[in-house]
Amino acid sequence: MLEIKDLHASVEEKDILKGINLNVSAGEVHAIMGPNGSGKSTLASVIAGKEEFDVDKGSIALEGEDLEDLAPEERAHKGIFLSFQYPVEIPGVSVTNFMKTAINESRKARGMEDMPANEMLKLIREKSEMLEIDRKFLSRSLNEGFSGGEKKRNEIFQMAMLEPKLAILDETDSGLDIDALRIVANGVNKLRSKDNAIVVITHYQRLLEYIVPDYVHVLYDGKIVKSGEKELALELEEKGYDWIKQEAVV
Amino acid sequence: MAYTEEELKKELETKEYEYGFYTDIESDTFPKGLSADIVRAISKKKNEPEWMTEWRLDAFRIWEDMKEPEWANVNYEKPDFQAISYYSAPKKADPNKSLDDVDPELLEMYKKLGISVDEQKRLQNVAVDIVVDSVSVATTFKKTLAEKGIIFMPISEAIQEHPELVKKYMGTVVPKTDNFYAALNSAVFTDGSFCYIPKGVKCPMELSTYFRINEGGTGQFERTLVIADESSYVSYLEGCTAPSRDENQLHAAVVELIALDDAEIKYSTVQNWFPGDKEGKGGVYNFVTKRGLCEKNSKISWTQVETGSAVTWKYPSCILKGDNAVGEFYSIAVTNNFQQADTGTKMVHLGKNTKSTIISKGISAGKSQNSYRGLVQVSSRAENARNFSQCDSLLMGNECGAHTFPYIEAKNKSAQIEHEATTSKIGEDQIFYCNQRGIDTEKAIALIVNGFSKEVLNKLPMEFAVEAQKLLEISLEGSVG
Ligand SMILES: Nc1ncnc2c1ncn2[C@@H]1O[C@H](COP(=O)(O)OP(=O)(O)OP(=O)(O)O)[C@@H](O)[C@H]1O
Ligand SMILES: [Mg+2]
Repeated sequence: MLEIKDLHASVEEKDILKGINLNVSAGEVHAIMGPNGSGKSTLASVIAGKEEFDVDKGSIALEGEDLEDLAPEERAHKGIFLSFQYPVEIPGVSVTNFMKTAINESRKARGMEDMPANEMLKLIREKSEMLEIDRKFLSRSLNEGFSGGEKKRNEIFQMAMLEPKLAILDETDSGLDIDALRIVANGVNKLRSKDNAIVVITHYQRLLEYIVPDYVHVLYDGKIVKSGEKELALELEEKGYDWIKQEAVV
Repeated sequence: MAYTEEELKKELETKEYEYGFYTDIESDTFPKGLSADIVRAISKKKNEPEWMTEWRLDAFRIWEDMKEPEWANVNYEKPDFQAISYYSAPKKADPNKSLDDVDPELLEMYKKLGISVDEQKRLQNVAVDIVVDSVSVATTFKKTLAEKGIIFMPISEAIQEHPELVKKYMGTVVPKTDNFYAALNSAVFTDGSFCYIPKGVKCPMELSTYFRINEGGTGQFERTLVIADESSYVSYLEGCTAPSRDENQLHAAVVELIALDDAEIKYSTVQNWFPGDKEGKGGVYNFVTKRGLCEKNSKISWTQVETGSAVTWKYPSCILKGDNAVGEFYSIAVTNNFQQADTGTKMVHLGKNTKSTIISKGISAGKSQNSYRGLVQVSSRAENARNFSQCDSLLMGNECGAHTFPYIEAKNKSAQIEHEATTSKIGEDQIFYCNQRGIDTEKAIALIVNGFSKEVLNKLPMEFAVEAQKLLEISLEGSVG
């Protein structure tokens, strides 16, 4: 599904990613952990195609296709979805209108007609119920005045609407209360299938109790310095990152 | 035809571009320059009564002593008023001209707006046959209005047919002495619309200049007069959403609205005259005086979407003369490339318990300058006057400018005046967020701009709002790399 080879990326001459290698197969869940500023969000942005970052070396491929020349919206059309760590506000644009535009733009790119209104309504109803989102919420301006947790839940609602092949969830758990975390995680689990893959960026073991990863990677100073199975997350929770940093230096 | 009124209205709203009225009139143009003789000649050409000729001449003498105003935040080369021809009959179609002769860029724009080929031809002065049906539609339309006693006709006709009304009201809201351009317009106006709604009548349809015959080529010095008699209601739409590359450099229109006791007038405008090219060459100078007078318990709302013109100078205003009168101003002004707009409103509170609302949305892109200028004035006898103003600016890129000049003059202590202003920028993060969801940059900007303008777009009649939205998209195309 996703194949990242020796990826180096920088912003304004500052190297942030320093040789990332990562393979995610269909049906898998990978967790990426690591200290603040290690480059996790940058990796997510670079996969999504944010132009601010320069890819200096290496490659990213989705289902065998190199993404280098694709604009962010083209990557989205191919099925890449990023749940943002900090979702932005778009005043005056309702969640519904935004989703309608997003879905129809993707359909257009695939040579399909606009989604009929009744189908759209059905989809919205289904997904908002799954994530226990009040319908009134969907007529509000996108993320404007949303609480931290509401923003995150809304990101997963969008993921559910768009049904991506590869979803990258950047700290979706931060800001969610205990109940919301369970609802959102269950929602994500329902979207899991043998055909798609999920990359979960998180600082906490708690989320991984719900969304159980197949692999856990530790990103430190722009490199994946350790990979393991789900037990690695527990170990990190217990011991912190110092021992990893020691290992990395050696 | 078993049309119900509702159906007819819908039909008219959705098919307007198919009804291209064109009347073949011999074209003739006056020599350039302005003098008392030219003013007399215009009046004579239009067969006007003596009082009208005198009225024009008086305006001309006033104008001669006036200076072009310089207080607005715009820079432009002053028009040479002696180099303009002040009378030009409706343009005649050139039988040898075809659409192949028309600027392809312009045609592309028409296509995006969904304008029919016939209408494209009409806009470009290419001969077109009258759709027979349109005549009957126009007739049905006129009949419905006549049954209600509503008068809706070119002002030149009203001068002939309803001189008592024109005499009584013209110049009472915008006097000849009001300003340089209003004086000029009073002297040389060629045509425009006249509308009278009798007492207690609610006009059953949106009145629009689309449906009036012989409109073409009268834009340069247009004069509009709308009178809503006691307890009546009218919604009036001005403008055309088709971008026209008018060869007239200078437009100086005057619009006067009169809402008598308990009456309501909604006046909506979509203006998209040629803004000049990407280098800032050409383009229309738009200097408009629009003002409404509100008597007791009456209400006037101005809603405008301005995307065109190289230089815009325009302040639709309300004089809230009667007690409990309400004035509203909702505006979207877009500037791109080298456009300059200085627009806003004036709310003059004279009566008790008068209320005004101002919502202004300025969008600037390219190297353009967008200014809001508003005056809220409360006289000493206007007890309990209230005003709420909100001015929001949206910037795209680093080379454009947004400016806000709110003036408040309150002479009565009971006045409650609130002013809010915000400036925001379309951020790269917003665009990337949209991109990530599969929405390309062009579409993302349209989405963000529409969201920003929503409060005002919502005030427009439905059909107009849809076209205004498309227009916003088109006028901002290519404004972010
Ligand atoms: N646009 C930018 N300009 C300059 N530096 C940047 C930019 N974006 C990211 N960085 C830097 O790159 C490094 C990695 O940032 P990133 O946001 O990827 O960290 P992270 O691992 O997601 O951290 P956190 O756990 O705090 O979310 C940080 O030092 C950050 O300051
Ligand atoms: Mg981060």
